[in-house]
Amino acid sequence: MSQGYRLFNGGLIQRDQPRTFRFNGQEYIGFAGDTLASALLANGVHLVGRSFKYHRPRGIFSAGSEEPNALVQLEVGAYTQPNIRATQIELYQGLIANSQNCWPSVEFDIHQINSVFSRLLPSGFYYKTFMWPKRMWMTYERVIRNAAGMGKAPTENDPDIYDKTHAHCDVLVVGTGAAGLSAALAAARTGARVIVADEQSTAGGSLLSRRIQLDDEPAGAWVDAAVLELEALENVTLLTRTTVTSYFEHNFVVAAQRLTDHLPLGSCGDQPRQRLWKIRASQVILATGAHERPLVFKNNDRPGVMLANAAQTYVNRYAVRPGHKAVVFCNNDSGWEAGLDLSDAGVQVTLVDIRGQAAPELEAQARDRDLEILTNHVVVTAHGRRHVRQVEVARLNSDADGLSGSSRIIDCDLVCMAGGWNPALHLFSQSRGRLSYDQNLSCFVPGESVQAERSAGAANGTFDLGFAFSEGREAGKAAAADAGFRQRTKSVSPKVDAKSNSTDIRPLWLVPSASDHPPAKSFVDFQNDATAADLQLAVREGYRSVEHAKRYTTTGMGTDQGKTSNVNALAIIAQITGASIEATGTTTFRPPYTPISFGTLAGRDVGEFMDPVRRTPMHEWHRAHGACWEDVGQWKRAWYYPQEGESMHDATRRECIATRSAIGILDATTLGKIEIRGPDAAVLLNRIYTNGWKSLPVGACRYGLMCAEDGFIFDDGVTLRLAEDRFLMHTTSGNAARVLDWLEIWLQTEWPDLQVYCNSVTEQWATAAISGPFARQLLAELCTDVDLSNQAFPFMTWCTGHVAGIPARIARVSFTGEVSFEINVAADYGMALWSQLMLSGEKYGITPFGTETMHILRAEKGFIIAGQDTDGTVMPADVGLARMVSSAKDFIGKRSMLRPDSLREDRHQLVGLRTDNPKEVLPEGAQIVAEIKPEPPIEMIGYVTSSYWSEHLGHSIALAMLEKGASRHGEQVWLSLADKQVRASVCDPRFYDPNGERMNG
Amino acid sequence: MLLIECPYCGPRDETDFKCGGEAHITRPEKPADADDQSWGDYLFMRTNSMGTHYEMWCHSHGCRRWFNVCRDTLSNKIHAVYKMGEPPPRVDDPTRSRSQ
Repeated sequence: MSQGYRLFNGGLIQRDQPRTFRFNGQEYIGFAGDTLASALLANGVHLVGRSFKYHRPRGIFSAGSEEPNALVQLEVGAYTQPNIRATQIELYQGLIANSQNCWPSVEFDIHQINSVFSRLLPSGFYYKTFMWPKRMWMTYERVIRNAAGMGKAPTENDPDIYDKTHAHCDVLVVGTGAAGLSAALAAARTGARVIVADEQSTAGGSLLSRRIQLDDEPAGAWVDAAVLELEALENVTLLTRTTVTSYFEHNFVVAAQRLTDHLPLGSCGDQPRQRLWKIRASQVILATGAHERPLVFKNNDRPGVMLANAAQTYVNRYAVRPGHKAVVFCNNDSGWEAGLDLSDAGVQVTLVDIRGQAAPELEAQARDRDLEILTNHVVVTAHGRRHVRQVEVARLNSDADGLSGSSRIIDCDLVCMAGGWNPALHLFSQSRGRLSYDQNLSCFVPGESVQAERSAGAANGTFDLGFAFSEGREAGKAAAADAGFRQRTKSVSPKVDAKSNSTDIRPLWLVPSASDHPPAKSFVDFQNDATAADLQLAVREGYRSVEHAKRYTTTGMGTDQGKTSNVNALAIIAQITGASIEATGTTTFRPPYTPISFGTLAGRDVGEFMDPVRRTPMHEWHRAHGACWEDVGQWKRAWYYPQEGESMHDATRRECIATRSAIGILDATTLGKIEIRGPDAAVLLNRIYTNGWKSLPVGACRYGLMCAEDGFIFDDGVTLRLAEDRFLMHTTSGNAARVLDWLEIWLQTEWPDLQVYCNSVTEQWATAAISGPFARQLLAELCTDVDLSNQAFPFMTWCTGHVAGIPARIARVSFTGEVSFEINVAADYGMALWSQLMLSGEKYGITPFGTETMHILRAEKGFIIAGQDTDGTVMPADVGLARMVSSAKDFIGKRSMLRPDSLREDRHQLVGLRTDNPKEVLPEGAQIVAEIKPEPPIEMIGYVTSSYWSEHLGHSIALAMLEKGASRHGEQVWLSLADKQVRASVCDPRFYDPNGERMNG
Repeated sequence: MLLIECPYCGPRDETDFKCGGEAHITRPEKPADADDQSWGDYLFMRTNSMGTHYEMWCHSHGCRRWFNVCRDTLSNKIHAVYKMGEPPPRVDDPTRSRSQ
């Protein structure tokens, strides 16, 4: 298909570099330098999508990132991306794009029936209609979501890679139009470190769209020179294809740079696709330009109706005629400039101006070109379904609130709307700057800056190009000076020769209609299909706050965030409520300015880099022996070691029996280890733990309970006294960092007088715990320099020696209830120790066990796990450890244990549960009730915290927190499960060897 | 993201730090002597300032030292950072109360 709408001359496209692409299955040709939108228009394609709700045909509306309509599904398969603005897709060879939200095709879409019934589908329709019955909402929603869709998210993994970078600069300039380039040059010449970012593929901003003479040359020459100078300076980073999306506290600004999106798929090797810039700037200059406003009249959404500056951009920058016969509908002079440019490109133009007159120089030029001029006129409605064919125009009455006389039909295939300009205040607003309404310009402009920021050019409401240059230059100088660069430099603004500099505007927020008011199908938010009538309905139903009306009508809530709709919407609300625009106020601008891919935000932190993994020195052994893994914090711990054909249940049964009857071995390396050292080390422990530490002799170990100041258990573990001034504290595996933080905050803030140092040594040690009746025999074989007898080396002591020739610290502690030795060696020896223990232990039937067996064995003993059996509301006395609470000293949390709530008699307390059916293993979290009632409410009196099958005991066991549990032993309770009720009796939580004879032996 | 000046390391991104809540809450000298009301206040009651606010921060991904920050909770302006034990600086911006 030929490019029937392409101009022979001009534009910034490369005619010698054709690009073939497919849209909706049809092959087209464009040129390098095109966007998908300009290439489609060059081929006469206006209809690109269907609207969100009514499925109305929609065309290309803008030429930039404000595009609400022309959203396409770009590419297919793993590379597919939904909701991409055709106006921002740079054309590359082989590009594939498809329309969204239409079926079977964009030309004939089954859901366009919605449009016929649109009168029945006002705002809130779905919620009002499908509210009842409540349970059906999920069903309705699925159907509605399907009908009112956007694009489809990819289902495959993203094959691209993404980068992140941190950058610092003295001055960040956002935008490279007249003001931005001037600011960047002025700042850069002082020697300040400058970053300049622009979302477009080349610098220049609106200078690329208009036919402006600067210093008697086309503007492009000035832009090229400015870019050359900036690129040559070492203190400048010029980033094109980079959208500054977010402006956070303290001048922290985030930008997304598109590195290879403009290149053919698969042509970039392992280059990253996008890079996220996190920029901290001393000073920020916002030269983000302005967005043109559409005008609100009936059927203003028809394909072929677009913003005037978009049509001007297509003609001047892309050498595309967006139509043959245009009606330019405007309320200010910029529409005239667009009309003149279109006319010079061979388009037949009719100018319809709401005002009585334009700037005389513009009127003169229009007359020279013989354009039809209709002042005091409005476009009342557009006709033509898939492409505009005609408009009706009529004269405004003198009050501008109605029409006078009858309307007249004008044939056309292009309607350009020039409704005035909105400075792009998104970043300014994100920086928390307040907007103020400028009556003369009829738009919001930046108010006072809150951060080290200044706006310049059109973003500041300075629409006159000459002033934009000088304002940018001054902003650049001032920002550099505020960042400490006061060097005097020479910067002169170019002489500007534009068609008109008038900012005269006559706002008309809603075009009156001859018949109905407000006219139906007068769209305010194109992406979300919100009309002026919807806004009126919202106000009538009481949504008078702009924030409420926005949510009710969904105005401004699309992926375009209402760039073209927000100000029109609130002006119409103001008009209906009779309030001023200023008093009506704006809704909040939230980051990001344009959507960012999740991949860009994730960067390289994906796959195995998403979260660091900690592995013990024995990890490879576990892996080689088929361990299944449990994640504990960031540790990979062996969960259980299934043998051929074994289920998890089979494996843990075998591991439990082996440990109780022979030897089990556990990799206990992951337990947190903190060395606490200094003359006041014992004082610190005394204040942190609930029990006493001063009397603990060197060579002994003690179990400690740690509470927060609210008296609730926070961590527990065994601590060894290594020397008078030196302890080794063990914490639970997942809590090690928090416990160290806990010690540090007290030492640094409350007790800086204590002479203590704390140091994490978790990773310096590897620990193998051997447990079971033959544990002592095995250790005796490998350790000849320690007397391992119970008299010489009793329970809860430690000693040093050599195990398999490796220097070791051996502790007699037990979490399994059997005789246990925890053998600690320098981490590098961990694998050697483990291998030797396995080799020498073979004859005793040594069996490696994982965390699941450890949990079962400790539950048989009634040992709690902080964080599983406790939940931040449990005090030591609640779990039967009142004896661990010292009455002789103060410690963290002690006073809280005397608060009335702590002394309540009906507190939940730790109990054991035995089910009537011994084979019934309760689910953890099951709720306990005293009696089963026929219907709710049934009072819950507790819950199961740990529950296992105990192979050794031959029945199921459970630990539970139960109201007044300590006094209920022997009572029967019920557990209400999803499919049945189970009866259990309450018992002592120590199911196995309650007096600890085995582990002491 | 705040830019916080660690008194020991210099200015760093907020993600280097963690916030420890309101500063200058002193643990009662003799908790056993505190009545339930005052102990409850110590445990749970915080000023929730709108405006000037004194809070503790820890350079947890750096030097791991705790220090104090005086920050305006509305504007996020950081008036001062100072070490533990140093007296809180006086700030001209008054703390705005919510009822105003």
